[in-house]
Amino acid sequence: MKNFSYLLIGVFFGILMFKSEAASWFRIYEMFQFDSFHMYGIMGSALVLGAVLIRLIKGSGTKSFFGETIVIAEKKKSFWRYAIGGVVFGLGWALAGACPGPIYVLLGAGFWPIVIVFFGAILGALCYGALRSKLPH
Amino acid sequence: MDWIYEPWPWYVSGPLIALTMALLILVGKRFGMSTNLETFCSLGGAGKRISYFDIDVKSRKWGLLVVLGAVIGGFLAANFLSADTSVNITPATVSQLNTLGFESAGHAYLPSELFGEGAWGDIKVLLVLLVGGFLVGFGARYAGGCTSGHSISGISNLQIPSMIATIGFFLGGLFMVHFLFPLIF
Repeated sequence: MKNFSYLLIGVFFGILMFKSEAASWFRIYEMFQFDSFHMYGIMGSALVLGAVLIRLIKGSGTKSFFGETIVIAEKKKSFWRYAIGGVVFGLGWALAGACPGPIYVLLGAGFWPIVIVFFGAILGALCYGALRSKLPH
Repeated sequence: MDWIYEPWPWYVSGPLIALTMALLILVGKRFGMSTNLETFCSLGGAGKRISYFDIDVKSRKWGLLVVLGAVIGGFLAANFLSADTSVNITPATVSQLNTLGFESAGHAYLPSELFGEGAWGDIKVLLVLLVGGFLVGFGARYAGGCTSGHSISGISNLQIPSMIATIGFFLGGLFMVHFLFPLIF
Protein backbone atom coordinates (compact mmCIF):
# COMPACT_ATOMS: atom_id res chain seq x y z
CA MET A 1 0.00 0.00 0.00
CA LYS A 2 2.78 2.41 0.97
CA ASN A 3 4.84 1.46 -2.06
CA PHE A 4 1.83 1.82 -4.30
CA SER A 5 1.19 5.32 -2.95
CA TYR A 6 4.78 6.42 -3.77
CA LEU A 7 4.44 5.01 -7.26
CA LEU A 8 1.09 6.68 -7.81
CA ILE A 9 2.34 10.08 -6.63
CA GLY A 10 5.25 9.64 -9.05
CA VAL A 11 2.88 8.93 -11.94
CA PHE A 12 0.87 12.04 -11.06
CA PHE A 13 4.05 14.11 -10.82
CA GLY A 14 5.30 12.77 -14.15
CA ILE A 15 2.08 13.63 -15.98
CA LEU A 16 2.08 17.04 -14.32
CA MET A 17 5.70 17.85 -15.26
CA PHE A 18 5.05 16.91 -18.87
CA LYS A 19 1.69 18.64 -19.26
CA SER A 20 2.80 21.82 -17.48
CA GLU A 21 5.73 21.97 -19.94
CA ALA A 22 8.08 22.47 -16.97
CA ALA A 23 9.95 19.51 -18.49
CA SER A 24 10.47 21.39 -21.76
CA TRP A 25 13.93 22.75 -22.56
CA PHE A 26 12.18 25.56 -24.44
CA ARG A 27 10.24 26.72 -21.37
CA ILE A 28 13.43 26.84 -19.30
CA TYR A 29 15.17 28.92 -21.96
CA GLU A 30 12.16 31.23 -22.22
CA MET A 31 12.13 31.66 -18.45
CA PHE A 32 15.77 32.79 -18.44
CA GLN A 33 14.89 35.28 -21.19
CA PHE A 34 12.05 36.68 -19.02
CA ASP A 35 9.85 36.36 -22.09
CA SER A 36 6.90 34.59 -20.50
CA PHE A 37 5.14 34.44 -17.17
CA HIS A 38 4.47 30.70 -17.51
CA MET A 39 7.33 29.25 -15.39
CA TYR A 40 7.20 32.09 -12.88
CA GLY A 41 3.46 31.55 -12.52
CA ILE A 42 4.01 27.83 -11.92
CA MET A 43 6.68 28.37 -9.27
CA GLY A 44 4.96 31.35 -7.67
CA SER A 45 1.58 29.66 -7.30
CA ALA A 46 3.23 26.42 -6.14
CA LEU A 47 5.09 28.38 -3.46
CA VAL A 48 2.08 30.32 -2.20
CA LEU A 49 -0.13 27.24 -1.91
CA GLY A 50 2.84 25.18 -0.73
CA ALA A 51 3.56 27.58 2.13
CA VAL A 52 -0.10 27.47 3.19
CA LEU A 53 -0.22 23.66 3.05
CA ILE A 54 3.02 23.25 5.03
CA ARG A 55 1.72 25.67 7.65
CA LEU A 56 -1.51 23.73 7.91
CA ILE A 57 0.28 20.40 8.20
CA LYS A 58 2.73 21.71 10.81
CA GLY A 59 0.11 23.67 12.75
CA SER A 60 -2.43 20.88 12.98
CA GLY A 61 0.07 18.24 14.07
CA THR A 62 -1.43 15.92 11.45
CA LYS A 63 -0.02 12.40 11.34
CA SER A 64 0.87 10.82 8.01
CA PHE A 65 -1.70 8.62 6.23
CA PHE A 66 0.17 5.68 7.72
CA GLY A 67 0.08 7.03 11.27
CA GLU A 68 3.68 8.27 11.55
CA THR A 69 4.60 11.64 13.05
CA ILE A 70 5.39 14.09 10.26
CA VAL A 71 8.84 15.65 10.45
CA ILE A 72 9.73 18.40 7.98
CA ALA A 73 13.50 18.73 8.20
CA GLU A 74 15.08 22.19 8.42
CA LYS A 75 17.92 22.93 5.99
CA LYS A 76 21.30 23.28 7.69
CA LYS A 77 22.41 26.90 7.97
CA SER A 78 25.32 27.74 5.71
CA PHE A 79 26.10 29.91 2.71
CA TRP A 80 28.74 28.57 0.36
CA ARG A 81 27.31 25.14 -0.40
CA TYR A 82 23.99 26.69 -1.37
CA ALA A 83 25.50 29.58 -3.33
CA ILE A 84 28.15 27.63 -5.27
CA GLY A 85 26.10 24.45 -5.63
CA GLY A 86 23.13 26.57 -6.70
CA VAL A 87 25.04 28.37 -9.45
CA VAL A 88 26.52 25.11 -10.75
CA PHE A 89 23.05 23.55 -10.81
CA GLY A 90 21.66 26.60 -12.62
CA LEU A 91 24.30 26.35 -15.34
CA GLY A 92 23.31 22.75 -15.96
CA TRP A 93 19.59 23.41 -15.68
CA ALA A 94 19.76 25.95 -18.52
CA LEU A 95 22.11 23.86 -20.67
CA ALA A 96 20.35 20.51 -20.39
CA GLY A 97 16.95 22.17 -19.96
CA ALA A 98 15.98 19.63 -17.35
CA CYS A 99 16.19 19.36 -13.60
CA PRO A 100 16.34 15.99 -11.81
CA GLY A 101 12.56 15.32 -11.87
CA PRO A 102 11.93 15.98 -15.56
CA ILE A 103 14.92 13.81 -16.55
CA TYR A 104 12.83 10.74 -15.63
CA VAL A 105 9.68 12.18 -17.19
CA LEU A 106 11.45 12.78 -20.51
CA LEU A 107 12.87 9.28 -20.41
CA GLY A 108 9.33 7.94 -20.16
CA ALA A 109 8.20 10.28 -22.94
CA GLY A 110 10.74 8.61 -25.21
CA PHE A 111 13.34 11.37 -25.77
CA TRP A 112 16.20 8.87 -25.69
CA PRO A 113 19.19 11.28 -25.68
CA ILE A 114 18.04 12.32 -22.18
CA VAL A 115 19.81 9.11 -21.11
CA ILE A 116 23.08 11.02 -21.63
CA VAL A 117 21.86 13.80 -19.33
CA PHE A 118 20.84 11.18 -16.77
CA PHE A 119 24.24 9.49 -17.00
CA GLY A 120 25.95 12.88 -16.63
CA ALA A 121 23.84 13.71 -13.58
CA ILE A 122 24.76 10.44 -11.85
CA LEU A 123 28.41 11.09 -12.69
CA GLY A 124 28.06 14.60 -11.22
CA ALA A 125 26.53 13.26 -8.01
CA LEU A 126 29.31 10.65 -7.83
CA CYS A 127 32.01 13.33 -8.22
CA TYR A 128 30.38 15.46 -5.56
CA GLY A 129 30.43 12.52 -3.17
CA ALA A 130 34.09 11.87 -3.94
CA LEU A 131 35.21 15.52 -3.61
CA ARG A 132 32.87 16.44 -0.78
CA SER A 133 35.50 16.79 1.97
CA LYS A 134 37.59 19.14 -0.20
CA LEU A 135 34.76 21.52 -1.10
CA PRO A 136 33.72 24.57 0.93
CA HIS A 137 30.36 24.05 2.60
CA MET B 1 -12.32 16.89 -20.55
CA ASP B 2 -10.59 18.35 -23.61
CA TRP B 3 -8.41 20.54 -21.41
CA ILE B 4 -6.43 17.45 -20.39
CA TYR B 5 -5.05 17.17 -23.91
CA GLU B 6 -4.00 20.82 -24.05
CA PRO B 7 -0.89 22.11 -22.23
CA TRP B 8 -1.86 22.83 -18.63
CA PRO B 9 -1.76 26.53 -17.70
CA TRP B 10 0.42 27.75 -14.84
CA TYR B 11 -2.52 28.33 -12.48
CA VAL B 12 -3.40 24.63 -12.76
CA SER B 13 0.16 23.29 -12.79
CA GLY B 14 1.58 25.34 -9.91
CA PRO B 15 -1.09 24.39 -7.36
CA LEU B 16 -0.84 20.73 -8.47
CA ILE B 17 2.93 20.83 -7.76
CA ALA B 18 2.13 22.12 -4.26
CA LEU B 19 -0.35 19.25 -3.96
CA THR B 20 2.32 16.74 -5.02
CA MET B 21 4.59 18.09 -2.30
CA ALA B 22 1.81 17.93 0.31
CA LEU B 23 0.92 14.35 -0.69
CA LEU B 24 4.54 13.24 -0.28
CA ILE B 25 4.67 14.86 3.16
CA LEU B 26 1.36 13.20 4.06
CA VAL B 27 2.69 9.75 3.17
CA GLY B 28 5.64 10.48 5.48
CA LYS B 29 8.20 11.42 2.81
CA ARG B 30 9.35 14.60 1.12
CA PHE B 31 9.41 16.28 -2.27
CA GLY B 32 13.02 16.06 -3.41
CA MET B 33 14.13 14.43 -6.63
CA SER B 34 17.90 14.81 -6.73
CA THR B 35 18.64 12.53 -3.73
CA ASN B 36 17.80 9.66 -6.07
CA LEU B 37 20.97 10.41 -8.06
CA GLU B 38 22.96 9.46 -4.96
CA THR B 39 20.82 6.37 -4.49
CA PHE B 40 21.80 5.26 -8.01
CA CYS B 41 25.47 5.77 -7.07
CA SER B 42 24.96 3.61 -3.98
CA LEU B 43 23.15 0.95 -6.02
CA GLY B 44 26.08 0.90 -8.41
CA GLY B 45 28.45 0.07 -5.55
CA ALA B 46 29.97 3.54 -4.98
CA GLY B 47 29.69 2.94 -1.22
CA LYS B 48 32.57 0.46 -1.34
CA ARG B 49 35.00 3.25 -2.26
CA ILE B 50 33.31 6.41 -0.99
CA SER B 51 31.77 6.20 2.46
CA TYR B 52 29.31 9.00 1.62
CA PHE B 53 27.46 6.53 -0.61
CA ASP B 54 27.59 3.71 1.92
CA ILE B 55 23.95 3.93 2.95
CA ASP B 56 21.06 1.58 3.47
CA VAL B 57 19.48 1.66 0.04
CA LYS B 58 16.24 0.23 1.43
CA SER B 59 15.55 3.57 3.14
CA ARG B 60 15.62 5.21 -0.29
CA LYS B 61 13.34 2.73 -2.03
CA TRP B 62 10.36 5.08 -1.81
CA GLY B 63 12.25 7.67 -3.89
CA LEU B 64 13.02 5.14 -6.60
CA LEU B 65 9.32 4.25 -6.74
CA VAL B 66 8.48 7.93 -7.24
CA VAL B 67 11.09 7.98 -10.02
CA LEU B 68 9.57 4.90 -11.64
CA GLY B 69 6.18 6.58 -11.40
CA ALA B 70 7.56 9.72 -13.05
CA VAL B 71 8.84 7.63 -15.97
CA ILE B 72 5.40 6.01 -16.35
CA GLY B 73 3.73 9.42 -16.01
CA GLY B 74 5.93 10.87 -18.75
CA PHE B 75 5.05 7.94 -21.00
CA LEU B 76 1.32 8.32 -20.37
CA ALA B 77 1.33 12.11 -20.80
CA ALA B 78 3.30 12.05 -24.05
CA ASN B 79 1.44 9.14 -25.64
CA PHE B 80 -2.13 9.31 -24.38
CA LEU B 81 -2.75 12.74 -22.85
CA SER B 82 -1.46 15.15 -25.48
CA ALA B 83 -2.98 16.25 -28.77
CA ASP B 84 0.00 18.32 -29.88
CA THR B 85 3.17 18.38 -27.80
CA SER B 86 4.82 21.40 -29.43
CA VAL B 87 5.48 24.11 -26.87
CA ASN B 88 3.97 27.47 -27.67
CA ILE B 89 6.81 29.72 -26.52
CA THR B 90 6.65 33.44 -27.25
CA PRO B 91 7.64 34.67 -30.75
CA ALA B 92 10.53 36.69 -29.27
CA THR B 93 12.02 33.51 -27.78
CA VAL B 94 11.45 31.61 -31.03
CA SER B 95 13.35 34.19 -33.08
CA GLN B 96 16.21 34.27 -30.57
CA LEU B 97 16.45 30.49 -30.70
CA ASN B 98 16.37 30.60 -34.49
CA THR B 99 19.40 32.87 -34.52
CA LEU B 100 21.18 30.34 -32.25
CA GLY B 101 20.35 27.64 -34.80
CA PHE B 102 17.38 25.99 -33.07
CA GLU B 103 14.96 25.67 -35.98
CA SER B 104 12.63 23.42 -33.99
CA ALA B 105 11.68 26.23 -31.59
CA GLY B 106 7.90 26.54 -31.41
CA HIS B 107 7.37 23.24 -33.24
CA ALA B 108 8.47 20.64 -30.72
CA TYR B 109 8.46 19.70 -27.03
CA LEU B 110 12.27 19.55 -26.88
CA PRO B 111 14.74 20.92 -29.44
CA SER B 112 15.28 18.21 -32.05
CA GLU B 113 18.78 19.67 -32.47
CA LEU B 114 19.65 18.28 -29.00
CA PHE B 115 17.15 15.48 -28.38
CA GLY B 116 16.41 14.17 -31.87
CA GLU B 117 17.81 11.03 -33.52
CA GLY B 118 20.77 13.05 -34.85
CA ALA B 119 22.07 13.60 -31.33
CA TRP B 120 23.74 10.18 -31.20
CA GLY B 121 26.13 10.92 -34.05
CA ASP B 122 27.02 14.46 -33.00
CA ILE B 123 29.92 14.70 -30.55
CA LYS B 124 29.15 18.31 -29.70
CA VAL B 125 25.52 17.55 -28.84
CA LEU B 126 26.52 14.53 -26.77
CA LEU B 127 29.01 16.71 -24.87
CA VAL B 128 26.38 19.40 -24.26
CA LEU B 129 24.00 16.79 -22.82
CA LEU B 130 26.71 15.10 -20.75
CA VAL B 131 28.12 18.34 -19.33
CA GLY B 132 24.62 19.74 -18.71
CA GLY B 133 23.70 16.59 -16.82
CA PHE B 134 26.96 16.60 -14.90
CA LEU B 135 26.43 20.18 -13.71
CA VAL B 136 22.85 19.35 -12.71
CA GLY B 137 23.92 16.32 -10.67
CA PHE B 138 27.01 17.90 -9.11
CA GLY B 139 25.29 21.22 -8.36
CA ALA B 140 22.12 19.68 -6.97
CA ARG B 141 24.00 17.48 -4.53
CA TYR B 142 26.46 20.21 -3.58
CA ALA B 143 23.54 22.54 -2.87
CA GLY B 144 21.70 19.71 -1.08
CA GLY B 145 18.68 19.86 -3.34
CA CYS B 146 17.25 20.97 -6.66
CA THR B 147 14.16 22.77 -7.85
CA SER B 148 11.86 20.40 -5.96
CA GLY B 149 13.80 20.19 -2.71
CA HIS B 150 14.86 23.84 -2.48
CA SER B 151 12.79 26.07 -4.78
CA ILE B 152 9.45 24.46 -3.94
CA SER B 153 9.75 22.50 -0.66
CA GLY B 154 12.41 24.61 1.00
CA ILE B 155 11.03 28.05 0.21
CA SER B 156 7.49 26.86 1.06
CA ASN B 157 8.95 25.98 4.45
CA LEU B 158 10.56 29.45 4.59
CA GLN B 159 14.13 28.14 4.61
CA ILE B 160 16.78 30.82 4.02
CA PRO B 161 19.28 28.25 2.60
CA SER B 162 16.71 27.31 -0.05
CA MET B 163 16.34 30.94 -1.03
CA ILE B 164 20.13 31.26 -1.39
CA ALA B 165 20.19 28.08 -3.50
CA THR B 166 17.31 29.26 -5.70
CA ILE B 167 18.98 32.63 -6.31
CA GLY B 168 22.06 30.59 -7.29
CA PHE B 169 19.95 28.45 -9.69
CA PHE B 170 18.81 31.62 -11.45
CA LEU B 171 22.23 33.30 -11.52
CA GLY B 172 23.73 30.16 -13.05
CA GLY B 173 20.89 29.79 -15.56
CA LEU B 174 21.02 33.43 -16.61
CA PHE B 175 24.79 33.28 -17.07
CA MET B 176 24.48 30.13 -19.17
CA VAL B 177 21.74 31.47 -21.43
CA HIS B 178 23.02 35.02 -21.88
CA PHE B 179 26.80 34.61 -21.87
CA LEU B 180 27.63 30.99 -22.65
CA PHE B 181 24.90 30.04 -25.16
CA PRO B 182 26.28 32.44 -27.82
CA LEU B 183 29.67 30.75 -27.39
CA ILE B 184 28.34 27.19 -27.37
CA PHE B 185 25.65 27.31 -30.07
